[in-house]
This record gives sequence, C-alpha cells and structure tokens, in this order.
Amino acid sequence: MARRQRPNVPVVIDGHEVMAYPDESVLSAADREGIRIPRLCALEGTSVHGGCRLCVVEVAERHKLMPACGTTVVEDMEVRTRSRSLDEHRKLICELLLAEGNHVCAVCVSNGACELQDLAEELGVDHVRPDYQFPRRSVDASHPKYTFDPNRCVLCTRCVRTCAEVEGAHVWDLAGRASGSHLIADLGQEWGEAPSCTWCGKCVAVCPTGALAWKGKAVGEMRHDPSLVAFLSSAREQGEWVDREALR
Amino acid sequence: MAKVIDLDDVAVNEAEARSRYRWRIKVCSSTACDASGAGPAYRAVEQRVEEQGLEHDVQVVPTGCMGLCSAGPLVRTEPRGGQPTLFQEVNERVGADIVERHVKGREDLAEHQLDEGLPFFTRQERVVLSNAGRIDPERLEDYVAEGGYRALVSALRMRPRGLIETIEASGLRGRGGAGYPTAKKWGMLHDAVADEKYVVANGDEGDPGAFMDRAVMEDDPHRVLEGVTLAAYATGASKAFLYVRAEYPRAIKRLEQAIRTAKRQRLLGRNILGSDFSLDVEIRTGAGAFVCGEETALLASIEGQRGQPRMRPPYPTERGLYGRPTMINNVETLANLPDIVRRGPEWFRRMGTEVSPGTKVFALAGSLRHTGLIEVPMGLTLGEIIEEIGGGCPDGRAFKAAQTGGPSGGCVPASFRDLPVDFESLRQAGSIMGSGGLIAMDEGVSMPEVARFYMDFSQDESCGKCTPCRVGTLEMHRLLERICAGEGSHRDLELLEQLSRTVRETSLCGLGQSAPNPVASTLEHFRDEYLALLRDEPVGVAHG
Repeated sequence: MARRQRPNVPVVIDGHEVMAYPDESVLSAADREGIRIPRLCALEGTSVHGGCRLCVVEVAERHKLMPACGTTVVEDMEVRTRSRSLDEHRKLICELLLAEGNHVCAVCVSNGACELQDLAEELGVDHVRPDYQFPRRSVDASHPKYTFDPNRCVLCTRCVRTCAEVEGAHVWDLAGRASGSHLIADLGQEWGEAPSCTWCGKCVAVCPTGALAWKGKAVGEMRHDPSLVAFLSSAREQGEWVDREALR
Repeated sequence: MAKVIDLDDVAVNEAEARSRYRWRIKVCSSTACDASGAGPAYRAVEQRVEEQGLEHDVQVVPTGCMGLCSAGPLVRTEPRGGQPTLFQEVNERVGADIVERHVKGREDLAEHQLDEGLPFFTRQERVVLSNAGRIDPERLEDYVAEGGYRALVSALRMRPRGLIETIEASGLRGRGGAGYPTAKKWGMLHDAVADEKYVVANGDEGDPGAFMDRAVMEDDPHRVLEGVTLAAYATGASKAFLYVRAEYPRAIKRLEQAIRTAKRQRLLGRNILGSDFSLDVEIRTGAGAFVCGEETALLASIEGQRGQPRMRPPYPTERGLYGRPTMINNVETLANLPDIVRRGPEWFRRMGTEVSPGTKVFALAGSLRHTGLIEVPMGLTLGEIIEEIGGGCPDGRAFKAAQTGGPSGGCVPASFRDLPVDFESLRQAGSIMGSGGLIAMDEGVSMPEVARFYMDFSQDESCGKCTPCRVGTLEMHRLLERICAGEGSHRDLELLEQLSRTVRETSLCGLGQSAPNPVASTLEHFRDEYLALLRDEPVGVAHG
C-alpha cells in the first residue's frame, strides 16, 4: 500500500526491531521485514477475516494468542511468530483443513501452485492425524467461464470479500454453520444462474486452492494471482484511473 | 404528554386493593410449572373461587417461578395477617381442594403441603428473583408495590458518573459468565464519544439446562427494563436493545407488554419521569444460534448480518453496533441494578465474597432430589448447594460430579465439595461459573460420555468461521465417540488432548476457546475412566 509517512512505530518481532506504520497489522509489518508468518485467509486489499487462525502469534503481556492479520501494532509491542507450541498449533490447523474437505492433489487443477499445499509442506505436515471427513459435495460447473469445486474450498472467504469489496458485486457469501458452512452464489443458486456475477474472475484469481478455477484447465495447470487485488485496491486508493485534475 | 406517574400513589393504591382480600392464592405460571399442568390448575382454582362466591374475598394471582420446579405446579396461599402455605404437585383436583377445603374449610391438606422450611428455600438469598413467584409479572402495579422503579427515580437525581461509582462500590461483576467488573464496562461506554451509544441486554441464554435469564425476563420484566434504563442513563446511551432468544416466546411477550406499559407511564421513552433523559428500547429475537450469545456475534445478529463473531479489539465499547460504542450486559447483571441503587452498595457487599459480591442464580438440575431455580450468595460451597439445597442425589446414590458453565464449563468432582462457588474458585478447579447452569451427576454417569455430549453440542453450534472451532470440535467429537464406544486407542487420546490445546488457544471467540473445557476437566479429574475405555495398551508397555 502506498504511504505518505515513514513507518514510525517501533515494534519487536522475533527479536528484530521493526518500524511499522501506525495503523499497520503485525502481519504486514513482518512481511516488510521479511519475517514469514504462515497465513491463508489474509488477503491484502480486502478486509480482515481472521478465520484461518494460521497466523496466530504470541504478543507479550497478552494472555491469548493473537492473529497477526488482525492485530494492529502498538509502540514497543513484542511479538513472537515462532515457538514450539505455535508450530504445533499451525501444523494441526493445517491438518484440520486437509481433513475437512476432499483435497486430492493428484487430480487438482492447482497441484503445484496451491497455497494449502505449500502450507502443508512449510508446516511439516507429512500425514494427517485427524479423521478425514470425506464430505459429499458436488461441483458447480454451471458458469460458462469458471468452475467451483467445494471439495477444495477452505472457507477462507477471500472470494467473498474480493467480490463484495473490490468488484462490488457480492455474488459470494457463506450459508450454514459449523461443518455445514458452505459457499453460496447469490441466494444459493448455481453460479451460472447468479445474475449479480460480472464474470470478472477476481474470485478465481484470489482463491488459494483449486476450489475456484478457470474452465479448461487440466491437472496442475491453474495459476492464481491474489496480488491482483492488492494492486487494484492500492491503485484505486491512489486514484490511478481518474482524472485527478478534474477532481480538483 | 402523559402525566408523570406517582409511584408512591400506585403503591398505596395497590396495597389498599390487596388489603380488601382476605386470601391471596398465588399460582405459579412459569414455563416449568406450566409444562407440568399449572394452566388447568389455575383455571380450577379460579373456577372454584367463582362457584363458591369468593371473588371478593379471594384474589387469584398468576405468578412467576417459585423455584422448586421438580415439585410443580406450585401454589401458595397467603391469608391476610396469617401464615402462608405452599402446595406442591397441584393438579385440577388439588386446586379445587385448596379453595374448598383449605381456604374455605380451613383444612391443612397436609398431604399436599410443601415445607417452606426446607434448606432449598431457607438457604437461598433472593435479589434478582425476589419478585419471582411473588408478583404478577404482567402488572406494573405489582412491581411498583415491591419498590420497583424507585431506583430509577433516585438515579435520575444523580450524575451518571455518580451512578457508575455506586455500581463500582458494589463490586458487581457480569453474570454472563466471565465476571467482568460491570462498572468498568460502564465507564468505558460513558467515556466513549459518539452521536449515539447503545446498551444491549443479552438474553440469549443457550446453555443446555440453563434457564436463569428466562425466569428473570418472564417473571419480573420490569426489573429488566429498570436495569436497562439505569445502565443507559449511567453510560449516556439513548437506545437499548433487548436480545432475547426466539425460544422464549413468553419472555418476549412479557417484555413487549412491559415496554408498552412503562412507556405509557413515562418510565421509558421520551423524557423519562419528566427528566431530560430519553431511552428507546427495542426487542430483537435470536434465531436459535448458540454463538449469538457471544457479544460480537450478537451485535452482528442485531444488525441483520450472519451471526458470526469478529475479532476483539476493537471492543464493542469502542466500536460496536452499527460502528458505534455499545455495551452488552447480561440480563441477570441488569436485574441486580435496581436493588443495588435502591438499597446501597454496602447492602450488596454484605452478600457473597470479597471479590465476588452478591448472589448468583443457578438452574439446578440433574440427579438431585430438589431441582429448579435457586439464588444463593456467592461463595456458598458446592457441597452446600448439592447436598443441602438440592437434597443430594435420590435413591441413596453417591454424588459424583457437578457440571457448571454448560458447554463452556467443566466438571468438578465430588471431592471438591468444600469449593466455594465463585468466579475464581471454579476457574481454578478447571470449570467456569458460566451463566449459571449447574447439573449434578451421580455415580451412574460416565464422564467421557458427558464430554461427548457437550462436544456434540459445540461442534453443532460452532459458527464455522474459524478453522480450529469448526473442524477441531468436529474431530474431537469423532474421537470421543470412538472412545466411548470402546474403540479408541491411546493415540486417539493423545490427539484429543492436542486438539483440546489447539482449539482452546487458537479459536477466534469464546465459544471455541472454551469448547474443550468439558473434555479437559473430565480428563483432569477422571482420566481413569477414559483409560479404561481404550482398546489398546499404552505405547511402550510390553504385553504381559
């Protein structure tokens, strides 16, 4: 994001002195410093969701773990992004995500370019301890350009936020609760029947897995580009596409 | 504009009207007694009074909960200037007998009497429930006759800050479960600057087996309204919402009616009691999601959004309903306020313990001889509640454990009988106070089975927003099912404990963070029961 000021809030992340912007999240400050915090639902350019819980960190004098994506820096805040128990939590959360859906990399369009797959590797998930749920979910291929495979959906709501906040269409939302939570288009109709969809494809671009994909992609051919949304919202903030002279 | 109500006038008139009757027959018409047949009993009493031509001598009053639900329907007769008598299990025939043989014929009807000298009644101290079972909840006059709305009158003469100081001096802590100091929350909303501020009464009581708030709202709705008005006045809120679960239609009906009456008498609405203070109160009903008792999810629900919690900070007192500063208080907390203001913080502090002053309402259930609704001073021991008030387990069974705090709480074993029941002590024992559910279990109960029951509840009620709660509770339930069926392994138990830690420490809101409590507390106190159910030998132990 473009900033006018310099970062002026000193915080300590994993022992490194980091200067952060006043309203910045711990996640974003760590990113600029090159300190990697695992995350899944966080998406620059959209609002904070805080649902995946992979980015939880330890903050000194807070008795609870805090999600780095939704925690705003405070002067002299001390943050630890790695510890034995954090590693264990993240690994288990990743296993829970893998157990919840039907994630079969070998037949997935996003194989090799999947954030969930990358996370599993990063977090050292060599097997899944919890029971696989094997939910029965059917694919929605009703849209002429894209497909939605709920078997691969991790409910990160990146598509929901992008569609509502960046595109302004709000095609996607969640329905149901607990293990029955699922993504719906408009009022629960097939995607191809959802009149509010503009076919813009931003939801597909930001999907971390193969849940949303272009039609016609074979195994391992799908490439997402979540940075598109950060680019769009930052450009919009700076008024890149408007006649700034006319606005004056 | 309507004239300002003269409360003393109303009270005098009410006392005069009552004194015209030689007898008052109070029939419990709360949800529990209704379910066991209080309706026909009430009609029988009323009909006999009419038949016998006693309408001018006997007043029949439908009241709220008298407490001992297991002996219901309950009826209490109060002769003018004489000793009241309580009757239990009153059906149509007994109801008729009470009129004909007891009131008219002066018979004892000893076989139907219920001894009010039972510890169940004598060990209680009723503040929040002081009117429950005593007054007709649908009449404002009844509430006013018991001192109602006097706290509001005196509060309106105080500065809001002064009212907050009164509550601070009383040491009142939130009764919704966490025990957060009420005055501290008030101070935050008071100091927040905004064009409009909100107070929300949380009446979304969802713990299985808990019905404290239901009783308060059904049996004494004006008390809740007065409490809300006091909270709003102290904090500068101009709008209040009563969030009541849709499963409580009677509470909603009574609150609606109470709002209308209070507005007519200028106890609510514009320029309350002729002052500059105005408060608009609106009821919102929940749609059956347990998570909407969590404050941020509750606010989302009021806004018409999906009932999902969001991250805190920002706390609702900074950014709450419609982005404005909002304070959420539990119904029972609010119901304490009128008495604290009217009788003073010192009076309140005389009850309970140093750090947890006052009383707590519990829904006493499970394997006990006497079950129902009780209000006791904080710090009473678990043993006193279970053995004295509850009368112990029936049929000579041994008391094994008490479950407090519902799906967010845990099980406290019988060896903790001397544990004082207050916020801190329960937490140290691995459970929580919670909103007030207290379920006694005897020796016949399997503790892993109890944990499985609560986990089933949590995995179903998770909102689905965060991974550990949505999937973690589901997996924990699976493991518990396997263990309870005798098919679990030591590895399953190990994973169950790891999941307990991860779900507790990484979940987004209180629901997930506390969902593993029933498992963790039963594992701590009853680990042997889990081990006995496992099918394999522990890893590293040679088969003999």
